[in-house]
Order: sequence, then structure tokens, then C-alpha cells
Amino acid sequence: MVGQIEQHILEEVADLHKVPEGAYNIRANSKLAGRNTTANIDIISKEDGSGIDIKIKDGTVNESVHIPVVLSESGIKETVYNDFFVGEGCDIVIVAGCGIHNCGNQDSQHDGVHRFFIGKNSKVKYVEKHYGEGDGQGKRILNPVTEVTLDEGAIMEMEMVQIKGVDSTVRTTKCDLSKDASLVVRERLMTHGDQKATSEYEVKLNGDGSKVDLVSRSVARDSSVQVFDSRIEGNARCSGHSECDAIIMDNAKVLARPGLDAQNIDASLIHEAAIGKIAGDQIDKLMTLGLSREEAEEQIIKGFLK
Amino acid sequence: MIGNACVYALRFIVNMLEIKNLSFEVTADNGDKKNIINNLSLDIPDGKFIVITGPNGGGKSTLARLIMGIESPTSGQILYEGEDITGYDITQRAKKGISFAFQQPVRFKGITVYDLLKLAAGKELTINDACDYLSEVGLCARDYIKREVNSSLSGGEVKRIEIATVLARGTRLAIFDEPEAGIDLWSFQSLIKVFEKMRKKVNGSILIISHQERIMNIADEIVVVAGGQISKRGPKDEILPELLKASAAVTACDKLNS
Repeated sequence: MVGQIEQHILEEVADLHKVPEGAYNIRANSKLAGRNTTANIDIISKEDGSGIDIKIKDGTVNESVHIPVVLSESGIKETVYNDFFVGEGCDIVIVAGCGIHNCGNQDSQHDGVHRFFIGKNSKVKYVEKHYGEGDGQGKRILNPVTEVTLDEGAIMEMEMVQIKGVDSTVRTTKCDLSKDASLVVRERLMTHGDQKATSEYEVKLNGDGSKVDLVSRSVARDSSVQVFDSRIEGNARCSGHSECDAIIMDNAKVLARPGLDAQNIDASLIHEAAIGKIAGDQIDKLMTLGLSREEAEEQIIKGFLK
Repeated sequence: MIGNACVYALRFIVNMLEIKNLSFEVTADNGDKKNIINNLSLDIPDGKFIVITGPNGGGKSTLARLIMGIESPTSGQILYEGEDITGYDITQRAKKGISFAFQQPVRFKGITVYDLLKLAAGKELTINDACDYLSEVGLCARDYIKREVNSSLSGGEVKRIEIATVLARGTRLAIFDEPEAGIDLWSFQSLIKVFEKMRKKVNGSILIISHQERIMNIADEIVVVAGGQISKRGPKDEILPELLKASAAVTACDKLNS
């Protein structure tokens, strides 16, 4: 069972108020804290102890897998490999998330490597939340790596959120898409203080009819630093769209480096990027509705990151 | 000690808005100073529908923005219901009871029409309440309530949503900066109806910056602002015929020469 701090973190990263329904694997302070499998979803620890394999049978629909990770002891540094093997014709939701509560003076670091192999015509919704708290000197570090291989006609929707308390992040996302496969990414990021967050994407559209829609919205406050680096490679008759929008505040810095690489005459790739402070007329408008300047800023940020 | 009845009566004696010797000066890139509003004084009585009109660049929009506090005057005073609000910021004026519809409404990524109407009303609204405001401005509520107020909406749509936010606030003084700008002819018909209806219902005053004869036609009074000053003011029946005569007298060649 998990304690109070761990329970709070679980609520933050996975909206879990009680034991989830369906399959789950809860990892707390580098140890297994709970697991459940179903007739269609199996979770097996890797023999070398480096992580888990999640195997989902063909035709599994309306099921979910939760794999939250909690670090509440200071000084843990771990790399975990989680491999998802999703069969054909599935429709499932996967919720991953990592929360760090660090009150100590040593750094806590979790590097999760998630690999997805998604079968023909399967649909996966993947939700990943990162959260950090605790007032110790030790840093809270998360470096997630996500690798996705989409088979013919497979669809992946990724929702990645990191709003609070993570000191340092390098997020790497790599995807390979086959014929008619589709990838949708919605990334939301907010950094405070001296936090640093880097988000790198490498999407390869290898099959005819494949498509990607990648939207990243971020807010950089205080003295935080953000880097957005994306590369969409069109190797077939495909369409790709990426959009990165950042609101910059205080003394923050944001670098956006969007890349498009068309290797085929029928590749259609678009990128939109914008970095700027909150527009003065947006604040003026909300102030005319009776909001204070601070309330107006909060509303604008809340909407932007929704 | 004044009784409640007297305070109530006083409300009708005191002007809703008093502008005293207001000036607004800007410095151009070459260092030259220019008076956009030049020692302007104006009283707006309670319960009136007033249209401010005049040539482009004459200072109408600046005057409206000075009243809302979006711009700060170089000198002069603004009183709202007898209280000096010159030093108040936009929020304080909004809370006192002034609303403002922007000429070019701003857009927000992620904020829905419903969110904006709730913020305007300053309280939770049921979907039905929010839909009522949208219907008033001629939008089919069901199609819009969950839409984001972003660039996917047309100019006419955001303009009508802007007016709906002012309706949702329901304040004693409502200012509209060229509500007709950016609205197509078809929408314009329904816009006139919105103002006619508002005029019947409102408990306070409405101030509209406009060039449109049909909007001026429903006004109690018309104020003409030119060169940062008031050049004419009077009842609609007196001012409007003069304005129409003057514009008819300007021949095509005069217009080209001017």
C-alpha cells in the first residue's frame, strides 16, 4: 500500500483517488507497490529488473492501463524501461505519469523510457503527466523518452502535461508512422523559477497517407528556460503539421527550433511558431470585465494551457 | 444626514459622467507633440443614448478609451456618478459600472465564448443564460458556446461576441467603439435591433462611437468630435439633419480635394 504523500502524488499525475479499474502497475520509490492484470492486458516484469512489458491482446477495446511512478525519497536516480505491445484492432487508454516529492537535499531523478509498438488499426490514447513538489534543496529531474512505432492505420493520441515543480526535463519523443497511420500530440508545459525544459521531437512519416498533428503550448515564467526542437520528416505521400506557441514572462528564455524535412514530392508539411508575451490588449479586455491585471494574466494562461 | 430618498433623487441630478477639461497629448517619433484630445468637457446625463460621431482621426476612439481608463489623460478630470475616477485603473472603473466594447475585439487561444461570458457576468452562468446573450446579438448559441474566441471566428462573429460580453455585464454605463466596423450588411440589420432593444431595457446610459446614420437615428443626443474638441452637440432631431445636409453638399471633387 502507499502512504499519504504517495497518494497525493498519484492524484496529481494520474487523477487516481483510489485503486484504478482495469490494469495497473504502481511503482513507488523504485519498488512495485501494486499491480493488476486483466484477461486482455498482461503486465510482466523484465527479467533483468529494468522495467515492465505490457502486452495487450488483439481486439482489446475500452480498457485502460495506468502505470504511475512516485518518488518520495530524496536521492533516487533510476532509469526504467516500459514496453507496450498493443495488438491489432484495439482501442485503449494508457495513463502514465511521474510525480516527485523531494524534501531532501539530494537530487531525485526518474528517466522513463516508454516504447510503444502499436498494431494495425489500433487506437491508443496516451496521457502523461509530470509533477514535482517538496521544498528540499535536491532537484526534481525527469527525462522521459517516448518511442512510438505505428503499424498500418494505427492511431496514437498523446497528451503530455508538465505544469509544476519539475526542475529539469529533457523530453525526447520519436515516432515512426506506416501507411495511413496517424499521430496527434498535445503538449502543455509551464516552467517557473530556474527550471529548464527541453522538448525534442523526431517524427518520421514513412507510409503513404500517414499524418501528424503536433501542437505544443508553453508558458515560461521567472528565469526558466525552454527549448522546443522538432523535426518532421516526410518520406512518402503524407501530411504533417506542427505548431509551437509560447508565452514568455519575466526573465524567461524560449528557443523554438522547428524543422521540416520533405524527402518526397508528395510530402506536405507545415509549421507555425510564435513566441511572445501576453498581448496588452488581451489584459485590457479582461480588465474591462472587472478582473485585476494578475487575474487577467492567470485566465489567459489557464486558457492557453487548457 | 440625507435620507435614502434624497440620495436616490440625487442620482438623477448628478450627471452619470462628467468630463472636465480633458487633454491627451502624444509625442510623435520626430519629437513633435500632438494633442489628440484638447481641453474637452462633456456631460453625459443618466438614462441617455448618446452617439459620438465626427471625422476619422478626430479623437472619438481616444475619448472612449480615456473614459474606460485604457489611456491616461495628460490633464483634466473624469467623474463617474459624481466620483473622481481619473486616477482609477481599468479594473476599478469596470467595477464601478463602466463597460467597453472594443472596436477590434481581441482573440484568446483556449478561452471559450462561454468562459468569456462567465467572466463578463462575474458569476457562474447556466448554458441557458449564456445562450440568451448570444441570441440577443444574433448568434445561434448552440454553435458558439463551446468555440474558442480565437482566429477561427470571423470578424463579424468576434464583434458580436464582444457586444454580448457588454450585455452580460449589465453595467450602468456601456461604451461601444464603432460597433458597426467589420460587420457585414446583413449583420448590421440585427445590430441595429440589438441597440434598439438595449435602449429600451438599459438602466443607465449608452455611449456609442459611430458613423452610421441608422445608429445616430436611435440616439437621444449626438455629439460631434473633431480636432480633439466638441464641435457640435444637441438633440438628434437637430444635429442629424445638419450632418446629413453637410455630407450631401460635399461633391465628389471636394471629397477628392480634401
